[in-house]
Amino acid sequence: MSDALLHVNDENFDAEILKSNLPSLVDFWAAWCGPCRAIAPVVEELAKEYANKIKIAKLNVDENPKTAGQYGIRAIPTLILYKGGQIAEQITGAVSKTQIENAIKKVI
Amino acid sequence: MTVDRDIIIIGGGPAGLTAGLYAGRSMLNVLMLEKLSPGGQVLTTHWVENYPGFPGGVSGFDLMDKMKDQALEFGLTIQSGEVVSIQPGGPEQDYHRVVLTDGELTCRCLIITTGAQPRKLGLPNESAMVGKGVSYCGTCDGPFYRGMTVAAIGGGDTALEESLFLTKFVSKVFLIHRRDEFRGTKVLRDRVFRNDKIEVIWDTVVTAITGDDKVTGVALKNVKTNEASTLPVDGVFPLIGVQPISDFVKGVVKLDDGGFITTNESMETSVKGIFAAGDVRSKILRQISTAVGDGAIAAFMAEKYMEQLH
Repeated sequence: MSDALLHVNDENFDAEILKSNLPSLVDFWAAWCGPCRAIAPVVEELAKEYANKIKIAKLNVDENPKTAGQYGIRAIPTLILYKGGQIAEQITGAVSKTQIENAIKKVI
Repeated sequence: MTVDRDIIIIGGGPAGLTAGLYAGRSMLNVLMLEKLSPGGQVLTTHWVENYPGFPGGVSGFDLMDKMKDQALEFGLTIQSGEVVSIQPGGPEQDYHRVVLTDGELTCRCLIITTGAQPRKLGLPNESAMVGKGVSYCGTCDGPFYRGMTVAAIGGGDTALEESLFLTKFVSKVFLIHRRDEFRGTKVLRDRVFRNDKIEVIWDTVVTAITGDDKVTGVALKNVKTNEASTLPVDGVFPLIGVQPISDFVKGVVKLDDGGFITTNESMETSVKGIFAAGDVRSKILRQISTAVGDGAIAAFMAEKYMEQLH
């Protein structure tokens, strides 16, 4: 597992993501979701490749219903890119690495 | 000319992993390209009851993990990569070029097992509402609809299975079908009819999805009476079959009217040395069990094809 990939939760979401100096990408996932599992290695690769440019994190929606609820997550995987505490981009579903990279390039 | 690989398999679902297993056992130099991680559509299936060898069923996850591990045991290499296009060989060139988003690879044989993805209803705001109440995977997103009312659309096995799965969470599923009977198998039909949480709406199509930030309902039309109505729901699950992932070979190999790759029973496409297997292929039944058979044949025929090259 890459050190670059962060695991966030309801408690540290504000500090780690919303108040982050770097833009961030949060992968909202759950253990029972197949497409989440499919996209996981891609998210890990991106965390390594874009280390120091964007903070890449995962949030388990089962364990952290508050944050998932706050962002109205109704489908997973959902990837939300934050910049300055605001949502900059949002991607739903298991999309290709290129599509995620394109979204990352818009915010970094 | 030296090529990078004997065989390149594009796509890591059941057909691709089986082709990889067979080719690996034949000691061929074989690479699988997968844009996500292997598993394919089976990963969106909660419980698989009709794949032989698993009495009581098996989870989609576990089945695909096992298929992957078994292929890896015999030397299959899996590389993360997204294919953009194919430059096929011909009479003067006995290899094919695979163009990726980040490079190129060459191979003697190509096995296309890219599969299919859920078909969309084709409504204007449908894509924009994905994640806001529209979902193509009840298994993935059902738990977000606890105690809510949803509409499922379709009449095949997937629509029936997913509607049944959704009843674990939701208070009500309206199953909307354009005809007056289901295509799905009898065992599933019976379960649907017995389930108190499922109400079937026959002869009806969805004409609109309503809501801005989130889905609030659907507009319906009865195809026999032309009567229009609305139905308030929190979620919409279109489960109306699949469309092939074949855009990258349009104009390279022959496709049928639906975009599925045409092959003969040896999995040969219209181009020599290019094979197709599994859901992406034009065929009558798309199941894990049929994909696996296709994959084995494709690998066997690819090996035969290479023997006659030398």
